Amino acid sequence: MSDLNLFSVLILSALIVFFLSQKKAKNWQTSAGSERVHSLPVYYGYFGSIWTVIPALFVFAFWSFFSTNVISTMVVGQFVELQALDKSSLSLALNEIYLMSDASIVPSLSDNTIKAQAANLFMQYSQYSAIFKSITVLAIAALGFILTYWRITPTTKARNSVENIVVYALLSCAVIAILTTAGIIFSVLLESIEFFKTIPVSDFLFGTHWSPQIALREDQAGSSGAFGAVPLFWGTIFISLIAIIIAGPLGLISAIYLSEYASKRVRSIVKPVLEILAGVPTVVYGFFAALTIGPLVRDFGYWLREMGVNLDIQILANLTVSTESALAAGLVMGMMIVPFILSLSDDVIAAVPDSMRDGSTAMGATKSETVWKVIIPAALPGIVGGFLLAISRAIGETMIVLMAAGVASNLTANPMNSVTTVTTQIVTLLTGDQEFDSVKTLAAFALGLGLFITTLVLNIIALHVVRRYREQYE
Amino acid sequence: MRKGTDVELLQNLGDTVGKPLIDGDSRMSCSKVDVFYNNNNQAIFDISVDLGKNEILAMIGPSGCGKSTLLRCLNRMNDTIEGCKVEGEITLDGIDVYSKNIDPVLLRSNVGMVFQKPNPFPKSIYDNVAYGPRLHGLARNGAELDDLVEESLIKSGLWKETKDRLNKPGTGLSGGQQQRLCIARTIAVKPEVILMDEPTSALDPIATATIEELMYELKSSYTIAVVTHSMQQAARISDRTAYFHLGRLVEVNETNKVFTNPEHELTENYITGRFG
Ligand SMILES: Nc1ncnc2c1ncn2[C@@H]1O[C@H](COP(=O)(O)OP(=O)(O)OP(=O)(O)O)[C@@H](O)[C@H]1O
Ligand SMILES: [Mg+2]
Repeated sequence: MSDLNLFSVLILSALIVFFLSQKKAKNWQTSAGSERVHSLPVYYGYFGSIWTVIPALFVFAFWSFFSTNVISTMVVGQFVELQALDKSSLSLALNEIYLMSDASIVPSLSDNTIKAQAANLFMQYSQYSAIFKSITVLAIAALGFILTYWRITPTTKARNSVENIVVYALLSCAVIAILTTAGIIFSVLLESIEFFKTIPVSDFLFGTHWSPQIALREDQAGSSGAFGAVPLFWGTIFISLIAIIIAGPLGLISAIYLSEYASKRVRSIVKPVLEILAGVPTVVYGFFAALTIGPLVRDFGYWLREMGVNLDIQILANLTVSTESALAAGLVMGMMIVPFILSLSDDVIAAVPDSMRDGSTAMGATKSETVWKVIIPAALPGIVGGFLLAISRAIGETMIVLMAAGVASNLTANPMNSVTTVTTQIVTLLTGDQEFDSVKTLAAFALGLGLFITTLVLNIIALHVVRRYREQYE
Repeated sequence: MRKGTDVELLQNLGDTVGKPLIDGDSRMSCSKVDVFYNNNNQAIFDISVDLGKNEILAMIGPSGCGKSTLLRCLNRMNDTIEGCKVEGEITLDGIDVYSKNIDPVLLRSNVGMVFQKPNPFPKSIYDNVAYGPRLHGLARNGAELDDLVEESLIKSGLWKETKDRLNKPGTGLSGGQQQRLCIARTIAVKPEVILMDEPTSALDPIATATIEELMYELKSSYTIAVVTHSMQQAARISDRTAYFHLGRLVEVNETNKVFTNPEHELTENYITGRFG
């Protein structure tokens, strides 16, 4: 029986058992003079189908998960030639065997290589496995059904056990989410450790030169590449700073206007527009940054330089100007997070109770005094939280920087110059033809780890700030 | 006393009976005030009443009869409600508070307000009390401000409990203390009139008693209008009592008279608990 069929049968039997158990419970209810039934019939229904299907599903899942490995081991055990292979070639061989055993490209019997034989054997074992799996799973379902259906009585606490199972179900969902995250972090960590075996941590953390070019030929000059991440993290921070300097005040002040001053009509128009703005894909912003803002910033830079030459100001006269610049990327990224900050701030400002506004107004405060002296301080924890979230977003943003700030790693404080960021470098490291084990690829993981730790620290600080503020005012 | 069913009484509701206006100087006075909420929903009909100097006027009446609405007209808090319209004349010391050249912001520093739910700002106790004086520049330096804060806290009976924790958040006080803090904050700007909208309805009997005592003491320096749902409270603290009914002012009389020998039957029905 195929997996899909088996699964369908299980679901179907769950339904049937549900109605059977429910029916049984209903019969107790109608038979006069009987004692009080503990739970509603529908709970007996759930109870029955859960115990029939869940254990069977578990076995089903386990079997499906492990069968390929078990069968492979058994097949390898049959062939001395395969046992002789080393680890990586064995896994290659096995892959080939899996492919061959797949029904669509089944090898002809005349093909007598070891692999073909192994594939045949593999196919055979798989068939046995499928049959046994079906039998076992169905048997367990039947057993579950018998054990529950015949043993439920009016005093069975079906309602309570269903409740317990619900709790476990919720718990397991949470655990899956957490485990997935942990798994990702773990794998990033492992690959990073691999990377740090080649490149010392101190070089990565404090090195100021980033050029991960790996030689095409062994004897090429500068073949080792340099992996100092400081310029990348600097670029990230620089651009995020520009973005937040633009977006913070703009977003906050518009939020104040919108929630405190604007009429209902204006609000009802502006809010949806903002939501549309927040939904614009970042690549569109990137476009805008690369094609419009970038050249503008560059022209401005040229103008500055000319001024510097004319007025004999050394710093300006020597200004490096490029089309791809930190300023262009920061400006556009700022525009991107304005709606984000605006709507978060608007929410927290609106959450400040009206009694605060009334209290302040009744003290003879004007509207703006009320806003700046009472509303904003009361909403500050939320606003700070929103800002930090926005920064996290800016740090993780890739597309805009990729298009507007360039990929050249410069350690510079000149916003007219091009810089690159952690995310952009991860993209350039991982796109294109790569060997998976090369230092270049591994470097991406190390960068990812750095990014992860940065945002983690940022969030911890955010939580801490918010909590301290709360303690002060609650 | 007039007799009749409630419906008849409502239909015949004429001018306010008793003594809504006082003979001598009044602090505030309303004459022929109508208030409309949006869509011309009239909430208050033709109310005329005076607030004397150094007196407590209690406003009682069933829920929704417009007590809060009238109270909020007195310091123009209604301005903050979209679509609210006030007609008639309200004066403070003889000056029309709704006239064009009156600044509502300044008016509110002269006519303070205490709300039903204590609403201290999320600031320290000190900053709560200093809020108004700072806004209006009532203290020239830190020492003066300190004195003003201390004086207000003493007047509101909160000084002893809070003098060691002035820098702690005002929201950390108990409900009754918070309400006294709100009173302290109001009197710190030295108003002439204090409006109180059910100031004790969120408090336990002991905190209520403290606030009532406080109101009694404040009477010597301020004019107080207090909305209350507690007949006993009105009887204990007020000099005159106003009975409102469906947006109309039915009767205003000496508190004693209202509670022992009301002039209007609707008032009697209400205070004897016969009103539905
Ligand atoms: N902001 C508002 N918008 C529209 N109508 C309002 C508003 N506030 C009050 N009203 C209406 O005005 C009338 C009087 O309300 P008000 O709050 O003055 O009553 P109240 O006597 O204070 O009642 P309570 O004793 O329950 O506080 C009610 O019918 C109410 O529905
Ligand atoms: Mg009210």
